[in-house]
Amino acid sequence: MAVTRTERKSIHTGDDVVRVRQAVRTFAVEAGLGLVDQTKIVTAASELARNTLDYGGGGEVRIELLQEGRRRGVRLTFEDEGPGIPDIGLALTDHYTTGGGLGLGLSGAKRLSNEFHLESTVGIGTRVVIARWK
Amino acid sequence: MAMDGTEVLIKTVTREEAAILDAWVALLKAGGALQTGRIREAELQTQAKSVLGQLGQALASGGTDTTTDAYASLRESLADISRSRAIQGFTPTDTISFLFSLKEPIFDALSRASGTDAAQVAAGIWSASKVLDQLGLHTMEVFQQSREEVIGRQSEEIAELSTPVVRLWDGILALPLIGTLDSARTGVVMENLLQAIVDEEAEIAIIDITGVPTVDTLVAQHLLKAIAAARLMGADCIVSGIRPQIAQTMVHLGVELNVISKSTLADAFALALRRTGRSVVRKAPSAPDESRR
Amino acid sequence: MDRIPILKLGGALIVTIQVDMHDRLAVALEEDLTAMISRTGARGVLIEISALEIVDSFIGRMLDNIASVSRVLDAETVVVGMRPAVAITLVELGLTLSGIKTALNVERGMAIIQARLDEDDAEGLRSARGRYED
Repeated sequence: MAVTRTERKSIHTGDDVVRVRQAVRTFAVEAGLGLVDQTKIVTAASELARNTLDYGGGGEVRIELLQEGRRRGVRLTFEDEGPGIPDIGLALTDHYTTGGGLGLGLSGAKRLSNEFHLESTVGIGTRVVIARWK
Repeated sequence: MAMDGTEVLIKTVTREEAAILDAWVALLKAGGALQTGRIREAELQTQAKSVLGQLGQALASGGTDTTTDAYASLRESLADISRSRAIQGFTPTDTISFLFSLKEPIFDALSRASGTDAAQVAAGIWSASKVLDQLGLHTMEVFQQSREEVIGRQSEEIAELSTPVVRLWDGILALPLIGTLDSARTGVVMENLLQAIVDEEAEIAIIDITGVPTVDTLVAQHLLKAIAAARLMGADCIVSGIRPQIAQTMVHLGVELNVISKSTLADAFALALRRTGRSVVRKAPSAPDESRR
Repeated sequence: MDRIPILKLGGALIVTIQVDMHDRLAVALEEDLTAMISRTGARGVLIEISALEIVDSFIGRMLDNIASVSRVLDAETVVVGMRPAVAITLVELGLTLSGIKTALNVERGMAIIQARLDEDDAEGLRSARGRYED
């Protein structure tokens, strides 16, 4: 698997969330994803960027264009140095929230992606990696 | 004077090109290459001639390593032949025989050229085998890959073509599903349905699954998601023609609560007409018939 | 700060969202609409979202809130023009917005609101006449 293009975006304001969405859209188009798949990965990016902002106290996303054989895809890595998630299983449960939202951010982003990986250490930070393939 | 296998091979192929070609084409014909009628004699002759010519040049400039640039054009020609045969429906044996039947004429030519020097014949045959085997593998790889491309394209086409969205009336669409639904096909079908709802400004879409033998859990979920998505867009879905086993699957999924379903497409259509403020009325018997009575 | 304009047409309020929604804009719209419903006594709210390329859980929650608040204030909310890719993504995300009425386009949406207004008018006339005869 090869990474053919990389872009980094910092996430510190609400406007950054919009910018992340736009950047992810560009990558999704470049990867040749269909309209529905584009919408799915952009929506997942929006959820995770907001989580990074609201729960992680801001952070960064790395957007990568992937190539594996004839398959192309987009991978997003969200990283923050926030308080971390004490119970990942609980955080991935539908409608579970500590921030007054709908509690669909993490679980929803997982359903909208082909690959989902979450690691978090309390007091150190959280990293979420998702990918969507053509 | 002792020559190594590669030199012998290069010399022989260059010198005896015409003889090898004649013997090769004769062998191909004897082997039934023309019997299926998929390829004409002139075409076979041209392919054989160009492959042998390119082989001679490649050997002369690149030796026996078929991965070098010297072999690029030969590899490309073989790939083209292999690809076209894969698409024409040749068997793998037919395809590979084309190249492997070149062995015999080359071996014969080698023994003619080397006379009684057995070591030289063996060295030449070894070099020839090595080159032809490598090229044979390349041919098979391309053949396999082309078949996979054909299959991939066909399954995409089947997914696209086998599920037309039909306009039954102004604002009423029907999606008659036929055959086994897998998850990928259901996804495509549902996207088509939702797009058709926008294009036709449809208020009601009837999903008829009379022709679907089984619905697994995943497919049922896809159907439900499509129905939920249609509702978000402002259109209602009616499912018709649910078989008893499918009804059970749906009940197990807790689906029966949110879906309007009718036993037949006709019932669903009647409901759709009623919902959109229309009714179907049988015409009164016409006047001339009455007077005749 | 930008705000999304709200138009009043008879007993209905009309909003068409033409920009990439960021979170502050969504919050402002929710507040503006609530204030406007109570000030004008509108009986219907039509939100046109055909230009929206994504609806994530935040915007979904805003739509849900608007519908709930207007219901309390005796107004009906109709969301119109959602794109197919957006609808599929919302369902996958786990949001069905079951409390919200939907329609394909502005025309159909207005017909739903008009039907509600007509119903109210008929009731209103009857009760007025009742009072008059007393």
